[in-house]
Amino acid sequence: MVTEPSRTKVLEVRDLSIAYGAKTAISGLHLDVFENEIFGIIGPANSGKTSFLRAINRMDAFDSAMKVRGSLRFMSTEVASWRNDYALRRQIGVVFPLPVGLPMSIYDNVAFAARLRGVRKKQQLDEAVERCLTRAALWDEVKDRLDSLGSQLSGGQQQRLTIARALSQEPTLLMLDEFSIAVDPVTTMRIEDVLKELKQEMTIILVTNLVQQAERLADRTAFFLNGELVEIGETEHLFNGQTKDQRTTDYLEGRFG
Amino acid sequence: MAEKSAVPSRLDQRDASWFIDKLFQVLMFVGGISAVIFIIGIFVFITKEGLAFLFEGFSFLEFFGSINWRPTSTNPTYGALALIVGTASITGVAILVAIPFSIGAAVYISEFATGKTKETLKVLVELLAAIPSVVWGFIGLSIMNEFIIEVFDVPIGLNVLNAGIILGLMAAPIMTTIAEDALKAVPDKYREAAEAMGATRWQIIRQVVLPAAKNGLVSAVLLGVGRGFGETMAVLMASGHAINIPTSPFDSVRALTATIAAELGETAQGSEHYGALFALGIFLFLITFIINLAADLVVRGIRKK
Amino acid sequence: MTARFAATALNLSNYRAEKRYRLMLFSMTAMLVLPVLIILSILVIRGAPMISFEFLFEFPRAGMTEGGIYPALLGTIFIVLVDLVFAMPIGVAAAIYLSEYAPDNWLTRAINLAIINLAGVPSIVHALFGVGAFVIFFQFGTSILAAALTVAIMTLPLVIVATRESLQAVPHAFREACWSMGATRWQTIFTVILPNAISGILTGLILEVSRTAGETAPIMFTGAAFFLPFLPESVFDQTMALSLHLFVVSTQVPNVPEALPFGVALVLIGIVLIMNALSIVFRSYLRGKKKW
Repeated sequence: MVTEPSRTKVLEVRDLSIAYGAKTAISGLHLDVFENEIFGIIGPANSGKTSFLRAINRMDAFDSAMKVRGSLRFMSTEVASWRNDYALRRQIGVVFPLPVGLPMSIYDNVAFAARLRGVRKKQQLDEAVERCLTRAALWDEVKDRLDSLGSQLSGGQQQRLTIARALSQEPTLLMLDEFSIAVDPVTTMRIEDVLKELKQEMTIILVTNLVQQAERLADRTAFFLNGELVEIGETEHLFNGQTKDQRTTDYLEGRFG
Repeated sequence: MAEKSAVPSRLDQRDASWFIDKLFQVLMFVGGISAVIFIIGIFVFITKEGLAFLFEGFSFLEFFGSINWRPTSTNPTYGALALIVGTASITGVAILVAIPFSIGAAVYISEFATGKTKETLKVLVELLAAIPSVVWGFIGLSIMNEFIIEVFDVPIGLNVLNAGIILGLMAAPIMTTIAEDALKAVPDKYREAAEAMGATRWQIIRQVVLPAAKNGLVSAVLLGVGRGFGETMAVLMASGHAINIPTSPFDSVRALTATIAAELGETAQGSEHYGALFALGIFLFLITFIINLAADLVVRGIRKK
Repeated sequence: MTARFAATALNLSNYRAEKRYRLMLFSMTAMLVLPVLIILSILVIRGAPMISFEFLFEFPRAGMTEGGIYPALLGTIFIVLVDLVFAMPIGVAAAIYLSEYAPDNWLTRAINLAIINLAGVPSIVHALFGVGAFVIFFQFGTSILAAALTVAIMTLPLVIVATRESLQAVPHAFREACWSMGATRWQTIFTVILPNAISGILTGLILEVSRTAGETAPIMFTGAAFFLPFLPESVFDQTMALSLHLFVVSTQVPNVPEALPFGVALVLIGIVLIMNALSIVFRSYLRGKKKW
C-alpha cells in the first residue's frame, strides 16, 4: 500500500459496506484519498463504483433501500455524523454518467449552487456563471444564449454544463462517474485537460470505464471487482505491470470487463 | 495524522434552509396523512350520529328482513330490505347496460383506434364522466321518462329501467377508462408474439389480451358496482322513489342513498328517524368500502404477477 | 396450388371476421357516446331559449317559477372558491408527500387506500359526515363553509391524483442532480419539481372546479338552501346553489314552466363541460411545450 502520512487525507474509508436490501454492492472497503490528487477507480459494471460515490455524499438519505455500514470520514469527520447533510453535499460536486441539464435556463443551472449558498447579487452570480462555464470549456458555445433551456443542449454540451454546475459549488471534492459515456472524444479530451488543471484546487475522484483514461489522468488508481477493492496503487506502477493481483493485470490488459 | 477539526464548524450548520426543509417535510406529511384522517373521520362521525339508533331502535332482523320503511308512522318500523333490493336492482340493470359498452369501447379505443380518433374518443369519454349526477337525474326525469312511457307504453317512466340506464351511462365512462388502462397494461410483446404466429387482431384480443387484462376488467366492473351503490341524485330523481320490491324493470323502486337524501331534511337532529338514516349511511359506507377494497386488491393482483 | 388457395380462403374469412368485430366494437363505442350527444343536444335545444342576461342575473320570482338564477349561480361560485382554498393546498401537499417523501410502508399503503375510498364513498355519506362533523360538531351550522369543506374532502382525490401524476412525470435524474448539489428536498421540490408539474396541478384545479360546481348531495344538508331571497354575506351563511336549484325546480316546485329546468341544466352542464374542455386543451398545449 502506498501511504504518505505527510499528505492530508480528504477521505478515509474503513471497512465500508453498502447493501441495497439483500443485495450487497460493496463490502469491506478500505482506502484513503489525499488532497489535490486525481483518484481513479476502475472496474467492470456492477463492481460497486457508483455505490461508493453515492455513499460519500450520503445519497442513502434519499434511498431507503440503501444501507451503509462502516466508517467513511470526509475532511476527518464521519459523513453520517454531519448535522446538516445538505451542507456536506454542497462540499462535493458530482458529475453523472448521463448528463443532466436541469429544465431551467443555462444561466440558472450554473447559478443554482451559488443561490443555494445565499448569493443574490446579480454581479456576483454573473461572474460565477462565466467563470464556471469557461472552466468547463462551454462558455464560448453558450455565452449568447444563456437564457435557453439547459435540458435542451446536446449531450456533450449538457455534460460540460453539469461540470460547470459542479464547479459552481466550489467543491472540496469533485466526483466524476463515467463522465465520458455520452460525450464525443474531442469533448472528452477537453474535459480531461480541465480536470488536470482543477486538481490544483480540489481533490478529484474519477470513476471510469476507460482504463486508458485512468492511466492518462489518475495519480493513484483503485481496481474494484464485485464489490471489493482488489488493488490500489500509483497509476504508473499499475500500468507498468507492477500489480500484486493477477485479476488486475487481466483487467488492465482487457481480458475481461 | 489528520487534524481533528478539519470540518470547520461553520460548514456544518443547520441553516435556515435546513429548518425550512424540515418544516415542509412535516407540512407535506400532514397533507398526506389527511386522507387517512378524513376517512376515519367519516366513519367516526356517521357512527357517532347513528350510534343511539343502533343501540335502541335498531333490530338486525327488521333492518335486513322487513320491507317496511315507515319512519314517520306512529309505530315506526325501519326495514331496509326494499331499499337494499331497490339499490341492487338499479345497480344490476346499470351494470348490464354498462359492461358491454364500456368493455367494447375500451377494447376499441385501446386495440383498434389510432391517432386522432383515439384522442377524440378518449376526450369524449372523459367529458361523459364529467356530467354532474343532478343533470343525469334531470335527464332521467324529463327525457328518459317520456322516452320510456312512449316506447314501452307504460304509465310511469320513473322506474328500475330508467334509473338503471341512467346509472349505466354514468358508470360506463369510468369503467371504460379503467378497463382501457388494464388493456394498455398488457405488454406489447404478447401481441407481437401472437401476431408473429399469424393470429388476426381479433384472435389476439380474445385469446391473449382479454385474458391477460382479466383482473383489471373485473376491477372496472367492481368499481362500476360501487358507483351504482353510491349514486344519489340521479337515482333519487329517476327511480320513482317508491318503496317496493320490483317484479319487473317497469316498477318504481327506492334506493338507500335516495332515502337519506329525501328524508334527512325532514328529521330532527338526534331523533330516531335521524339516527336510522345515519345507520343507512354506515351500511353504505361499509359496502362501498368493501367493494373498493376488493377492486384494489384485484388490481394489485395483476401488478404482482 | 390447392394449398395456396386454401390459405388465401382462410385469410379472407379471417379478414372478414376481423372487419365484423371491428365494426361491432366501433358501434359499441358509438352507442356509449351517441345517446349522450343526443341528450346533450336535447338539453341545448330545449334550454337555450331560456338563456338570457335576465335569466343569469336576476333573482327567482313567483315561487321560483319565473325570473333568473343569479343567487344560485353566485352561490355555486362561492362554494367553489371556498372549496379551492381547502382542497388545493391539502391535495397538492398530499400529492407531494406521496410522490416525493413517502417510503414504501404500511402507512403509505393506508394513505393510498384512504384516497381510493374518499373517492368511492357515496356522496350522500359525505353529506352525512358533513352534517355530523361541520354543521353539528364544529358548529359551523348549515353554511357555505360547511358545504365547501364537505365537498373539498369528497373531491380531494381528484387534486391528489392529477398532481401526483404530474410530479412523477418529472424524471428522477433531476432530483438526484439537485440533491447532489446540496439542495434540500424542499428546495428541489420548489425550484425544479413543482414548476415542471404545474400543468398537472392546474388540470387538477380545473377539474376540481368542475366537480364541485356539479355536486348536489354533499351540499344539500350542509349549506345549500332551496330558496333564499338574499345573497350570503359571509362563509357562515347559507346560499343557493345551481346544482341544488336544478333539483328543486325539477322536482320540488309546482307549476314550473317546462323550459325553466332545462335552462338551469344547460347553464350547469355548460360550466362543467367548458371547465373540462379547458383542462383537456390546456393539457395538450402543455404537452407540446415539454422541456426535456
